[in-house]
Amino acid sequence: MALSGEEVRRIAALARLRLSPGEEERLAVELSAILDYVRQLEELDVSDVEPMTHALAAGETPFREDAVAPGLSPEEALSNAPARSGTCFQVPRIIE
Amino acid sequence: MSVADWQLVVGLEVHAQLLTRSKIFCGCSTAFGGEPNSHVCPVCLGMPGVLPALNRQVVEFAVRTGLALGCAVQEKSVFARKNYFYPDLPKGYQVSQYELPICLGGAVEFDLEGEERRVRLTRIHMEEDAGKNLHGVSADGSSGVDLNRAGVPLLEIVSEPDIRSIDEAVEYLKALRSLLVWLGVNDGNLEEGSFRCDANVSVMRRGSTTLGTRCEIKNMNSFRFLRQAIEYEMRRQVEILEGGGTVVQETRLFDPDRGETRSMRSKEEAHDYRYFPEPDLPPVLVPASWVESVRAGLPELPRARAARWRRELGLSPYDAGLLSAERATADFFDATLTAREGGPEAAKRIANLMNGEVARLANEAGLPVTGGKLTPEGLAGVVRLADEGVVGGPGVRQVLEVLWREGGDPRDVVTARGLAQVSDESAVEAAADAVLAASPGEVERYRAGNRKLIGFFVGQVMKAMKGKGNPAVVNAVLLRKLGG
Amino acid sequence: MSAPSLLAGSIGDLSRALSRGETSAEEVTRAALARIEATDGRLHAFLAVTPERALEAARASDARRRGGGALSPLDGVPLALKDIFATRGVATTAGSRILEGFVPPYDAAVVERLAAAGAVILGKLNMDEFAMGSSNENSAYGPCRNPWDLERTPGGSSGGSAAAVAARQVFGALGTDTGGSIRQPASLCGVVGVKPTYGRVSRWGVVAFASSLDQVGPITRTVGDAALLLRTIAGHDPRDQTSSTRPVPDYLDGIEGGARGLRIGVPREWMQGGSEAGVERRVREALQAYEGMGATLVDVELPHSRYGVAAYYLVAPAEASSNLARYDGVRFGLRAPARALSDMYGETRDRGFGAEPKRRIMLGTYALSAGYYDAYYLRAQKVRTLVRRDFDRAFERCDLVAGPVSPTVAFRLGEKVDDPLQMYLADVFTIGCNLAALPGLSVPAGLHPESRLPVGLQLVGRPFDEATLLRAARALERESGPAPAPEALG
Repeated sequence: MALSGEEVRRIAALARLRLSPGEEERLAVELSAILDYVRQLEELDVSDVEPMTHALAAGETPFREDAVAPGLSPEEALSNAPARSGTCFQVPRIIE
Repeated sequence: MSVADWQLVVGLEVHAQLLTRSKIFCGCSTAFGGEPNSHVCPVCLGMPGVLPALNRQVVEFAVRTGLALGCAVQEKSVFARKNYFYPDLPKGYQVSQYELPICLGGAVEFDLEGEERRVRLTRIHMEEDAGKNLHGVSADGSSGVDLNRAGVPLLEIVSEPDIRSIDEAVEYLKALRSLLVWLGVNDGNLEEGSFRCDANVSVMRRGSTTLGTRCEIKNMNSFRFLRQAIEYEMRRQVEILEGGGTVVQETRLFDPDRGETRSMRSKEEAHDYRYFPEPDLPPVLVPASWVESVRAGLPELPRARAARWRRELGLSPYDAGLLSAERATADFFDATLTAREGGPEAAKRIANLMNGEVARLANEAGLPVTGGKLTPEGLAGVVRLADEGVVGGPGVRQVLEVLWREGGDPRDVVTARGLAQVSDESAVEAAADAVLAASPGEVERYRAGNRKLIGFFVGQVMKAMKGKGNPAVVNAVLLRKLGG
Repeated sequence: MSAPSLLAGSIGDLSRALSRGETSAEEVTRAALARIEATDGRLHAFLAVTPERALEAARASDARRRGGGALSPLDGVPLALKDIFATRGVATTAGSRILEGFVPPYDAAVVERLAAAGAVILGKLNMDEFAMGSSNENSAYGPCRNPWDLERTPGGSSGGSAAAVAARQVFGALGTDTGGSIRQPASLCGVVGVKPTYGRVSRWGVVAFASSLDQVGPITRTVGDAALLLRTIAGHDPRDQTSSTRPVPDYLDGIEGGARGLRIGVPREWMQGGSEAGVERRVREALQAYEGMGATLVDVELPHSRYGVAAYYLVAPAEASSNLARYDGVRFGLRAPARALSDMYGETRDRGFGAEPKRRIMLGTYALSAGYYDAYYLRAQKVRTLVRRDFDRAFERCDLVAGPVSPTVAFRLGEKVDDPLQMYLADVFTIGCNLAALPGLSVPAGLHPESRLPVGLQLVGRPFDEATLLRAARALERESGPAPAPEALG
């Protein structure tokens, strides 16, 4: 199946990727080829099969007990921040 | 055509912050406030390679809440990722529950204008809170991100669209809030955002059974705003429909300054959350044994307690309802009753005092009924003194006022402040004689048949005795002296 | 000991020399650093070398040994880490521009365990960006090369790890394996690589690619060294609730038990000419060697293995699309200058991610998006169940299954970069083990008859039965004699 340019743009917007027109075009071709390939899964009858969404069985590992543990200081937390304001991470204006 | 031709339909989604010490997936403190980014660690900052470790208490609180609301607690539930980008969402997804939540069904029961109402629940699930975006942190208008709240545990409690009026929405919310506080899972604080509510609002023509298109209203952090928002939104939708338009399904933000709701386009831009099971967390197993131990530890719930008081103590529905609104109040009442070792009589007296005089004192102080220095033992002592005739009505009020402010033993207060009432007949007779002597006209009119004047004489005698006369004795003495 | 022979031995050899005082951790660390200095300009296995930290750790180790208190056989042994492991105070890039300059304030769990064992970490190793790739060509910092032929790929994504170990720069390394990323480069570089059972090793602090498939494992020159490293890093970690609480056996115990009596399943689907002739020949010879050692070969079927690549390239990108959402320019890493929020996201992610992560983010976002979830993601997860059932059925008749790791030996850099689907199809033999959450390893099986490039044999075992795999691999290693060393770097 061929992905349209519009669909590629919709997916890119969802994924917050800004693609150049050239990238869009190339990805439409590559993703279409991959999607064609994965269509072979449709040959299988999986109606009664449980999905293996978790590789480890439920209940095998213990929960965390509710105790406060030391975290990072604001300075450590912000040590990798590209921009900061006081002890906040700074970002361009958010419009709601 | 008007609003009256339309039926309001509301479903509520409540986000209640759980009273855990640490966050849902890491050991950071859940304490409110603090310097921005002072309760954070690599996990709640969403740094590369970190993993969530589910807090057991969160699951236990969810089970407790589910049992109290009559939900079916699921033996297996699954966390899922809700994917969207926002600066306050560190990982680019929120860990929540989707297809398999921890609780299904259940209902919130409450009274509305004397009638019992039951609003069904769809589900309850566990999730993490997001951080907080702070606007205008710099002169250039940029925003700041504080992640202290990111990862704080929430329960989302989703109702069916069973609510048909604004009053019902408010009462539902009050009942649910009171229950969560009662259970010790939430502090019920709307202003700080630890108890939040979104409303799904739609309208349909009266008589119709087809639900209309709904809008989700956010940002109502008080009961008053909830009223305003639903009212506004209903009118807005009715106007659209009556003008021949259609309501667009969307998320709308309530603006408390304008009393309006407005579209949140930023949130709509990409409305495809791409939920999938969270691979970093195994399914949550709650075996029957765990459910049963949580059930065994459940406190008696407010409606059950009110029903018991009505049945066993003969309290009025009004009194029982007031006293069971908060667990501390209810416990105070029960403790007082135990301390007084009394039956229905004492119970009614205690209820009257708590809902009357004590409630007034609490109100004046802006505190709950249990907020003063008055203890259940103190209140029981006051009731005992009244039953023994040591203090009368005015004395009771005065003792309670002192106990509320300062605490202490009621008997000591009565003695120290001379609040005991006078039952000694000779003292009463002296006062009565003086009053009758000073009011010959009234005595004459009374004897001529104006029996209502007895109230005047009683008042005068009480005044002369500075309110300390035993009303029964005063009455008896006066009747005798006036010649029946 | 002379420097070259000092670096050429196994961890076991070095550990014995250290405990006898024949060398010191500082001496061997200096030798390894010198070797990196001399060779890595051509090899490019390292993204960062941390000599000061390494020498400090080495001296501390020597002090412990002098005091008679070595922490473990790894005390003082020079190792290195794929740059996917968070290292406190040392830049961690996962091979991506978007993490350029990121210095974690925390260590990955396995890094803590290596430190607690006294290991000396020399630096961070090259890799395909976010572990997405089979050739190291997706590294944002330029590809690592194969020490057997510098024009060829070391494989990927843990290419730097396999190359550094093969080139005698370090004694061992840690990698991660999501669809073959430990076993394939180990095979292409002629070293041992183990992908443990999902849940055997903590993933805490490992930059996530596909959370339900990722697993940490060792790359070493001998099977015994792999057992030693695995023993050190395996075990439950309360910070990773997908890590198993099962006790960790001593993998060295019984490792010399030989192959006699082992039933080795040979999946028909893996031996039907899907590999180049020279690879298949060496694999068949290895199987014959096992027969010679008293093992039994059993024909088994893995009928759904042909669907593995398709299922994998839905599940892994779907999880990756979500795992890579945190690279948004807000809290760490790259941020493109932008005046509007939407530009910050779009520009940062456009500049920060290379072609392969973008491709997989797009594919995964699509597979999870409204209307496609059931047809793609959910169906692929169901096919995983079918793949696992195939293995379960096979293990009713055998103790492990064996076959090729990679259909080819190391290919030339640039040979496949223009066709992502062809690159994906080369993962056909390794992917099943990840989908089914099983342990697998690659052990050297000689050199390709013509190209004289290494060929690996893959062994896949029952859940948590790494011990049997290591015993079988060790039997082959002993039978074949010491694996040859690459000579391209001198």
